Amino acid sequence: MARAVTRRRKLAFTLVGWTIGLTLFFPILWAILTSFKSEGEAIASPPSFLFFHWTLENYAEVQARSDYLLYALNSVVISLGSTGLGLLVAIPAAWSMAFAPSKRTKDILMWMLSTKMLPPVGVLVPIYLLFRDFGLLDTRGGLVAVLMLMNLPIIVWMLYTYFKEIPGEILEAARMDGATLAKEIVHVLAPMAVPGIASTVLLNIILAWNEAFWTLNLTASDAAPLSAFIASYSSPEGLFWAKLSAASTLAIAPILVMGWFSQKQLVRGLTFGAVK
Amino acid sequence: MATLHTRTTARFMLSPAVLLLLVWMIVPLGMTLYFSFLRYNLLMPGMEAFAGIENYQFFLTDPAFMDALVNTLLLVGGVLLITVVGGVFLALLIDQPFWGQGIVRLLVISPFFVMPTVSALVWKNMFMHPVNGLFAWVARGFGLAPIDWLASVPLLSIVIIVAWGWLPFATLIILTALQSLDQEQKEAAEMDGAGALSIFAYITLPHLARALTVVVLIETIFLLSVFAEILVTTNGGPGTASTNIPYLIYAQALLQYDIGGASAGGVVAIVLANIVAVFLIRMIGKNLEA
Amino acid sequence: MGAITLDKVTKAFGTMAVIPGVDLEIADGEFVVFVGPSGCGKSTLLRLIAGLEDVTSGAIRIDGSDATRVAPARRRLAMVFQSYALYPHMSVYNNIAFPLKMAGQDKATIRRKVEGAARILNLTDYLERRPGQLSGGQRQRVAIGRAIVREPAAFLFDEPLSNLDAALRVNMRLEISELHQSLKTTMIYVTHDQVEAMTMADKIVVLNAGRIEQVGSPLELYNRPANVFVAGFIGSPKMNLLEGAAAERHGAATIGIRPEHLEVSTGAGGEWSGVVGVVEHLGSDTFLHVQVEGLGPVTARVGGELDIRHGSRVWLTPPPERLHRFGADGQAIRQAA
Repeated sequence: MARAVTRRRKLAFTLVGWTIGLTLFFPILWAILTSFKSEGEAIASPPSFLFFHWTLENYAEVQARSDYLLYALNSVVISLGSTGLGLLVAIPAAWSMAFAPSKRTKDILMWMLSTKMLPPVGVLVPIYLLFRDFGLLDTRGGLVAVLMLMNLPIIVWMLYTYFKEIPGEILEAARMDGATLAKEIVHVLAPMAVPGIASTVLLNIILAWNEAFWTLNLTASDAAPLSAFIASYSSPEGLFWAKLSAASTLAIAPILVMGWFSQKQLVRGLTFGAVK
Repeated sequence: MATLHTRTTARFMLSPAVLLLLVWMIVPLGMTLYFSFLRYNLLMPGMEAFAGIENYQFFLTDPAFMDALVNTLLLVGGVLLITVVGGVFLALLIDQPFWGQGIVRLLVISPFFVMPTVSALVWKNMFMHPVNGLFAWVARGFGLAPIDWLASVPLLSIVIIVAWGWLPFATLIILTALQSLDQEQKEAAEMDGAGALSIFAYITLPHLARALTVVVLIETIFLLSVFAEILVTTNGGPGTASTNIPYLIYAQALLQYDIGGASAGGVVAIVLANIVAVFLIRMIGKNLEA
Repeated sequence: MGAITLDKVTKAFGTMAVIPGVDLEIADGEFVVFVGPSGCGKSTLLRLIAGLEDVTSGAIRIDGSDATRVAPARRRLAMVFQSYALYPHMSVYNNIAFPLKMAGQDKATIRRKVEGAARILNLTDYLERRPGQLSGGQRQRVAIGRAIVREPAAFLFDEPLSNLDAALRVNMRLEISELHQSLKTTMIYVTHDQVEAMTMADKIVVLNAGRIEQVGSPLELYNRPANVFVAGFIGSPKMNLLEGAAAERHGAATIGIRPEHLEVSTGAGGEWSGVVGVVEHLGSDTFLHVQVEGLGPVTARVGGELDIRHGSRVWLTPPPERLHRFGADGQAIRQAA
């Protein structure tokens, strides 16, 4: 199968590949570097790439001046909360559709998908008004609910495609072996589906963490997650580039690492199983 | 393919998800539709009255709507063009064997994980700033006058920012599809005397067709809703130069408090998105049977 | 004890009747094979017995008591699936122990039973492995082990050997037969392979389109096929089935003659004459594919080696006592004698 690749060809591709990779990554790298500069060096022209006075003061400043940890906590609560709640509802639903499909299963799946196609802006007004009237504006609970509902179709779909790959015969074997439904799910399905459930969780945390429509429109300060907090740098705090960079670096770092780990599963989740 | 007992249990376990999504869809949708026929402004409470299709007339004949529609289409089209062409190119590149392939792959997909507010602000300030931005510095290095990206070419700037975030998505999906291509097919074509270009045109590209369609459709769904990038960079301006439909509706609702008008806009946005959604859902549905 | 009775059992998926109606008696300790082409309903029938599907109408009785609505686990049946359906995240030990754990047996009993089954199945050295680390044959044995420890009233096998390669299949066939000899428990075995059916069964049930075509011992089916379908399905190479003038001469719509029963001669003449096409030399046998004038292709099987070439002329004679005659309805015409 494998054929020898000439060293020259490989070298050429290495060069091109790394150049493009670094170029695309550069904005992130630049933000990370800037976060270690003083404000003066951050806006200096010509810019200094590595030889500047490295400092951690921006990170301290971001926390001291704007209570960064509160926003980070909001992000964590909102993304974990919406994902956890979503799983709770989605696992039984996906089990049903994967292992006891009916004539309508396909229609239900398609319909769930279609709710995801609804542009958020189309329901902005009613959701905003409902939130206002029920006192949910700027609350974590409200945001958890909205993000859970928004991503529920993706969670159901991802789990469904993973469950589908588990042969029904194994569950039937468990049934023949005397397992009740609960035992069947706990002892057989769940352990087998761990990788699938894990990647579903990862993708949903990523999506919830980066969500920036509802978070911007439904929160102000108390429940604002990082995506909304960073937006406050658009003016006039935006002048402080080093602090913006520090806040940004902190906001994207955990999700970037998660994304790297889940890149393979991501494709399936984002394409609703259409590309594996 | 199961017993009655299992089916009953299944229906019971499916119902919470279905009910939640049903409520989540019907209630706001119904309200949007209802408001869209009302004269309803939050600044004038108690003045709600039936307005017929007035809101639609206002919204659709507002010159800002035409601008926003054109901007939306340009934004979607521009980002699609960059990401699909770039994605195919990048996927083909990363698919080649070279040193550090895995790391380059990580570098390339990274922008996708950057939240929109961060990417927009990093680009706005540190790259596109007319004085201190890196682009200005590079332009001066070539002896050119730096341009004020977000003021003079706001839409293009936003296209660049958004495309940077979505290029990894396209690349990742095309790459996945590329790697699922049966090597023997390529080898068979090679035995049949096809050159590298012919193999790409007759084997690889047709194999990618499905993935490309998926990329186009899914990106379109998301790109029709681009919002945060505009909010933190240009606020839709100057004028309406970078206002898209979501931003227009947002402005109508939460800046002008015109609930009726914004709702009519919301209905229009839903109709637009559904045109794309119909195609996407059909395609995924077809795949479900395969 | 494991006597199973099917009483007018039907199964329909929606409006499509997969099993239009089956009556069958399976005696305790019998090895019964359901055989038929794919899609004939044999697996569905097995799943109905297992309780993995509901019957649409009719009744299933196990040892005389009605089990039609009883949950699969309570029917005291064990099933070996086509894909083995082992639990990939459990060790071999835990796979075999699973049904016992579900039944709430104590640890010592479980250990004793699992180790006993492992000894019978030569799995003792593999108890700590995961199914993924086993060969196909070993996985098959684990699946059987999981069935054995339950001491079921009957074993159900759903095409258990179809995922194994040819050599292993012959071995496992013997092992399962030996298992049946030593356990003397009822076994119901589904396969599309008539060789498996012939070699293993006490009683074969030939199914076609959800209907039972014939029930009988292997040799009954071989010697006295009830109809054209069974005649063509049982036996390898297939029985030659001829229609038209040749059949009419024997007073039938179709006549059948097994390749091994044809008398072949290269010189002396005979009832039919034809030209040899492909010759397959198996060493123990030789298969001749002969194009008979006025009849079409006929296969003949000759014991041992036969020096004959493509293009040679041969004469074939069907001995009358070996000839099977079928009426226009496809049913066998029994000799008055």
